[in-house]
Amino acid sequence: MATLSAPRIVLSRLDHADSYTISRYLATGGYDGLRKALTMFPEAVASEVDQASLLGRGGAGFPAGRKWSMLRKAPISYLVVNGDESEPATFKDHLLLERDPHQLVEGVIIAAYALQVSSVFIFIRGEFALGLERVQQAVNDAYELGALGPKIFGSDFSIDVVVHPGAGAYICGEETALIEALEGKRGFPRIKPPFFPAVAGLYGEPTVVNNVETMSNLPWIVNNGGAAFAALGGGRSTGTRLFALAGRVNNPGVFEIEMVKNTFRDLIYDPALGGGVIDDKKIKAIIPGGVSAPWFGPELLDLPLGQDEVAEKGSMLGSGSIVVMDETTCVVRAAWRITKFFSRESCGQCTPCREGSGWIERAMYRIEHGGGRMEDIDLLLDLCDNIAPGLTWPPQQTTICVLGPSIPSSVHSAIQMFRDDFVEHVTNGGCPHD
Amino acid sequence: MSHFRVDIRQRAEEVLALYPRPRSAMLPLLHLAQEQDGYVSDEGIAEVAELTATTPADVRGTALFYDMFHLEPVGRYVVGICTNIACLLAGGDELLEHASATLGCPVGATSSDGLFTLEETECLADCDFAPCVQVNHRYVRTTTPDAFDAVVAELRAGTLDHDVPQHGTLIRVRRAGGLHAARSDVAAERATASTARAARTPETK
Repeated sequence: MATLSAPRIVLSRLDHADSYTISRYLATGGYDGLRKALTMFPEAVASEVDQASLLGRGGAGFPAGRKWSMLRKAPISYLVVNGDESEPATFKDHLLLERDPHQLVEGVIIAAYALQVSSVFIFIRGEFALGLERVQQAVNDAYELGALGPKIFGSDFSIDVVVHPGAGAYICGEETALIEALEGKRGFPRIKPPFFPAVAGLYGEPTVVNNVETMSNLPWIVNNGGAAFAALGGGRSTGTRLFALAGRVNNPGVFEIEMVKNTFRDLIYDPALGGGVIDDKKIKAIIPGGVSAPWFGPELLDLPLGQDEVAEKGSMLGSGSIVVMDETTCVVRAAWRITKFFSRESCGQCTPCREGSGWIERAMYRIEHGGGRMEDIDLLLDLCDNIAPGLTWPPQQTTICVLGPSIPSSVHSAIQMFRDDFVEHVTNGGCPHD
Repeated sequence: MSHFRVDIRQRAEEVLALYPRPRSAMLPLLHLAQEQDGYVSDEGIAEVAELTATTPADVRGTALFYDMFHLEPVGRYVVGICTNIACLLAGGDELLEHASATLGCPVGATSSDGLFTLEETECLADCDFAPCVQVNHRYVRTTTPDAFDAVVAELRAGTLDHDVPQHGTLIRVRRAGGLHAARSDVAAERATASTARAARTPETK
């Protein structure tokens, strides 16, 4: 059974149909966190976030407090919020943007105050038309309330927030590509070093980029203290986290649960959460952290949902997306579709990613659709190895950004775990499920 | 002479004023161009180039990178159906095939009456309603072939125009006013704050 005793930190208003309105927000403690933060020194606010040990909720899982403290030496010019959620089967930020936009805006203002930044851009995925409307409305409401604009709530802090729409490109979730898009260019990730936009970000100036869910945690952290947040979860994975559960489960959805205290099995099977696998089928494999992550077999279902715990087993919790594949699933088709996605979304700057994704996709296509050759299976592993030499996790970096080295995860996992399925596809002359 | 309608031009100028550099307004302005013409036309590109102080080639090259911008005319309703992993496991391929038959056009094409363009999309982040369908970037949450056909019938009848407005992801996004915090005031604030901070924490330089 799952441990569900933790408070809901970011989904507390979701039972209300009008959770996105300013009236509901103010009636449920809205802007109390910001008012409290403004009575504190900025560095004291940052210190609470540091104490909370809040790991970034975007995918890389870098501690938010540390990201901020790297910047304290020089003044920061811009805060950019990453709401370009596009990792397949990840749909938690979508929920926060549409259903609790004020919580995001309040979190953003708190972060800006802690960082002493007066210019903020909230970058929202272009396909989220309703999310864009709701966040813009929340920003408008915040100006009217005096939480944005000059001398907010009578303090000595002034701030402007601009809502910026994306236009459909997975790669813009990568923070330097997002900055390029915000500069009005193609979303080409920038060459590293510098490793962080902190050094050279938007317009070459020091910039912090944080994820929507990360920001949405801040009102609660300021209201309740960093220590209260750190008391939840376990190890380095503190607090609650949103898990987006999808695939062959009875009750797919976004669930806020305490980290580490719960396992993959709890999330998938608890009646209050995933509610089990459709038709009580057996689980064949799960993808534990977005399609960039290597897969797990059912023997790892009892692993706790913690960042380090999952990393130790050779994968990642990543974007908080968990996909369940059952015994009816064709894993070859699944891995082919994931590769097709990467091939389509590769920005094209680096050869291993641009060419490798297409090669793998074509070889996977022929195995799935007939025309596959037995030697294709080892050819696929060789191609994967060319993109990420050694096929380790975390992968070797051969490209400007991490999209490239993420390509082999699904194909390599599928061949390693289910080589017989590939052989069957080849001998059958195509997918036996069709 | 402006190709943009007066209201679109007005909104474009408001958007431009929000950014330190005009080129940053590129994506929102392209959305506005698409909202007016239904796609990103040559005239729209020329106007965005003028507004962002770039060239038409630059604007076109940027627009081509992004999936949401159509550089050729599309149907009144752009229907996107996801077949990525969560939707694949829920029958996304089958729904896409069904949609193609219902709409009478292949994937990637526009129906002969000009009403519908059908697209296979990547994940649209609504995986608890898989397979996910968007029409003009509005989630219609029709996960079965029958529900899909019902929505298409309503679209044809024009009864869904409120829920599914015309092209333009920004069509209902309105910012109330421009920037409020003057740069000079902010600079003065920062200077005062950093002096105060240095005074409280003399040991950390």
